[in-house]
Amino acid sequence: MRSLSWKSIIPMVAGLLAVPIAALPAQAETPKKGGILKFVVPDEPPSFDGHKETTFALIHPIAPFYSTLIRANPEDPNSLQFVCDLCTEMPNPTDGGKTYTYKLRKGVKFHDGSPLTAKDVHASFQRIVFPPQGISSARKAQFSMVESVTSPDDETVVFKLKHPSGAFLPSLATPYNFIYSKAILDKDQRWYEKNVMGSGPFVFETREAGALVRGKRYADYHHQGKPYLDGFEAIFAKTQPLRVQAIRGDQAAAEFRGLPPKSRDDLVAALGKDITVQESDWNCSLLITPNHQKKPFDDVRVRKALTLAVDRWGGSKDLSKIAVVKAVGGVAFPGHPLAATKAELEKLAGYWPDINKSREEAKRLLKEAGVSDLKFTLANRGIDQPYTIVGTWLIDQWKQVGITVEQKVEATGPFYASLDAGNFDVTMDFNCQSIVNPLVDTSKFLPNAGDQYGKFEDAELIKLYEAMNQTGDEAEQRRLMRAYEKRVLDDQAHNFITLWWYRIIAHRSYMKGWKITPSHYLNQDLSVVWIDK
Amino acid sequence: MYYYILKRVLLMIPTLFGAAVLVFCLMRLIPGDVCVLRLATGGGMDPQVLRNCRAEIGTDQPMLVQFLQFLKGLVIFDFGKSMWTGRPIIDEIGLRFQLSLQVAIMATLTAVLLAIPLGTISAVKQNTWIDYLVRAFSIAGVAVPSFWLGILIILGILITSKAWFGVAWMPPITYVPIWIDPLHNLSMLIWPALATGYRYSAVATRMTRSAMLEVLREDYVRTARAKGVFRKLIVRRHALRNALLPVITIIGIEFAFLMGGLVVTEQVFNLNGLGKLFVESISNHDYNMTQALVMLVVAIFAFTNLVVDICYAWLDPRIRYNR
Repeated sequence: MRSLSWKSIIPMVAGLLAVPIAALPAQAETPKKGGILKFVVPDEPPSFDGHKETTFALIHPIAPFYSTLIRANPEDPNSLQFVCDLCTEMPNPTDGGKTYTYKLRKGVKFHDGSPLTAKDVHASFQRIVFPPQGISSARKAQFSMVESVTSPDDETVVFKLKHPSGAFLPSLATPYNFIYSKAILDKDQRWYEKNVMGSGPFVFETREAGALVRGKRYADYHHQGKPYLDGFEAIFAKTQPLRVQAIRGDQAAAEFRGLPPKSRDDLVAALGKDITVQESDWNCSLLITPNHQKKPFDDVRVRKALTLAVDRWGGSKDLSKIAVVKAVGGVAFPGHPLAATKAELEKLAGYWPDINKSREEAKRLLKEAGVSDLKFTLANRGIDQPYTIVGTWLIDQWKQVGITVEQKVEATGPFYASLDAGNFDVTMDFNCQSIVNPLVDTSKFLPNAGDQYGKFEDAELIKLYEAMNQTGDEAEQRRLMRAYEKRVLDDQAHNFITLWWYRIIAHRSYMKGWKITPSHYLNQDLSVVWIDK
Repeated sequence: MYYYILKRVLLMIPTLFGAAVLVFCLMRLIPGDVCVLRLATGGGMDPQVLRNCRAEIGTDQPMLVQFLQFLKGLVIFDFGKSMWTGRPIIDEIGLRFQLSLQVAIMATLTAVLLAIPLGTISAVKQNTWIDYLVRAFSIAGVAVPSFWLGILIILGILITSKAWFGVAWMPPITYVPIWIDPLHNLSMLIWPALATGYRYSAVATRMTRSAMLEVLREDYVRTARAKGVFRKLIVRRHALRNALLPVITIIGIEFAFLMGGLVVTEQVFNLNGLGKLFVESISNHDYNMTQALVMLVVAIFAFTNLVVDICYAWLDPRIRYNR
């Protein structure tokens, strides 16, 4: 069995992908120092602990306070090349791709003045990969290939894997993997839930509950000359119209999650050259999951009819004008070498070029299953972009094959509580990832994935996934990805993708240095951002 | 009078106790669990982590124990920690209280300054164009929701500032206390105060007008006129003072409402006030926070009613609160 891992993944990813339609300057400008960057954040994180949380609402205001071991290159985030943050150089794995030895920079200090050593990195990853009892680690499953983390001396951290894995480096570079102080963790594993103390480009200054988080420049930051900003203010603003008006009225320079097309157009019309728009395909998809435990969704014919009724090609044209969705794609990020081509997609249920033929087939399957007048409730999140908009569109799509659907919209907490408990007929969920890596990203579709709400068994699917992750042959990997995709979306219709998201960031033109990525989790430490006012 | 005030203050205790029982029971009737909401972020949850969470915030305790702890907290003025953020409730509320109080005071001032003169003029000039104008103004105020007016105000400011100064300006969206930066503070809070004060003034204007019309037809006013007292003096000294009793009641109720009820307006102007906190705490099933906020609002209502009653005695010498 050959290792695919780091050797094949990085170059594969590097060339590809959706090249952002960013309005980037023709030539590099010299960054200026100073200024306070104000930006709006749509939500407030429940805690400050990056190891525990999964929301972008934590990354945007809190990531600038922390360092990570490795990260996506902040100078060129779309290359998806991994570079060192705390380490000195990206290591070549040894032991047949099973051992990664990282040497750490010398002289790095936490914001409280204490030195950051390998013991701190070790303690942080120990908490992420092998969390102590009672401590919640959101990314523990991503590191299932890790056998041990050790720190033989103050400058060396060693990760030993159970088997070579292409998923290891992307998991390591996840921006939530904040490096915490071992001394603090030893005293209280939960200290970081309510407090902030890292070694990132900015020092935590204040937090006003419900209002803002403020940070100031860290003079001893280990990347010399950075950050350029004197500080930042992350202002919590829950309503989208307010966030747009805040940018328009210059109370904020940006919002880093993404705006719908209409807001972009309004800002461009109002501000002209004072606004810069960066756009990119987004490593997020909206997917439909029927509850296999509930009749009639235990019948593959019914599940398949649901996907056959949806006109993705037409929907992409219409919905992309009003919502943050655009690309038609399968399970892998569109444009990635492992993603299906248009011709390959058109062979899958729900992607046929002739929607009338597809809907006729849906009606036939429903009739055959004895549920021609199917009625069900679609459980959806109470967030308009893009959940409720796409949900409303789906209701119309299903109506065209005689299915009556009621949409039940809930706040995020109750929504996931219902999903975890299996109290739903059909739900719309998301698959958002940070580093683009379909080998990891497609784990969401596995029956044993923590966030797979379909509640089904499928040994064949697991076998395909494992084979795909363990082969080193790129062509074979692609072939297996197609088989995996066909099984998920067509043969078994366990889940199905509606549309992939499209990220639009409209920011004040005086904010420089920030580059869009296919993920709203990536490149948010603000170390390379500067203000040119 | 002092005895009356003492009696009213003591009467607040059963009121607060009743409210405490009600809010405690009602919160627990709502289906859901703060720990499930906190931990259910997609991806399942560890049962041990769930148990730890419940133990930490005390929801694994018997109901009676939880209720007694809540009552004890009320007595010693310690509401505990937010079940959602884990931070002390006094701190969380304190941050928002000063903002909400300032908006309520500014909106009340706006309302009083508009409502009493306009309502009085409208009554004195009944069925003239002035009266029609004031009535149209006040009906519009009742009909237009404050949050919608708020949105219009923001858009109006953006458009006019761009047109006049070439740069679109928007009121600040972060709060700074008035004693630190009065200009920043007022340029943020004046707009929500105007938006809510307008609706508030519309209600009070209509009440002032109708009360004035009633009083102006009283015998003692006719007698004063017959005695040759100047009209202005009759209106100011005899009519308005008596007409203000129902207006004061309305102002008191509205003031108390403004302290915790400006949910949508707070969102429009990004005010980090009590209304927003209220809604968030209910949707997060944060029992401790919701209970504390309800008790705060009940106390504000009770206190405001007491102040209104004291104002009655000041305005109408016939009202005396004796034993």
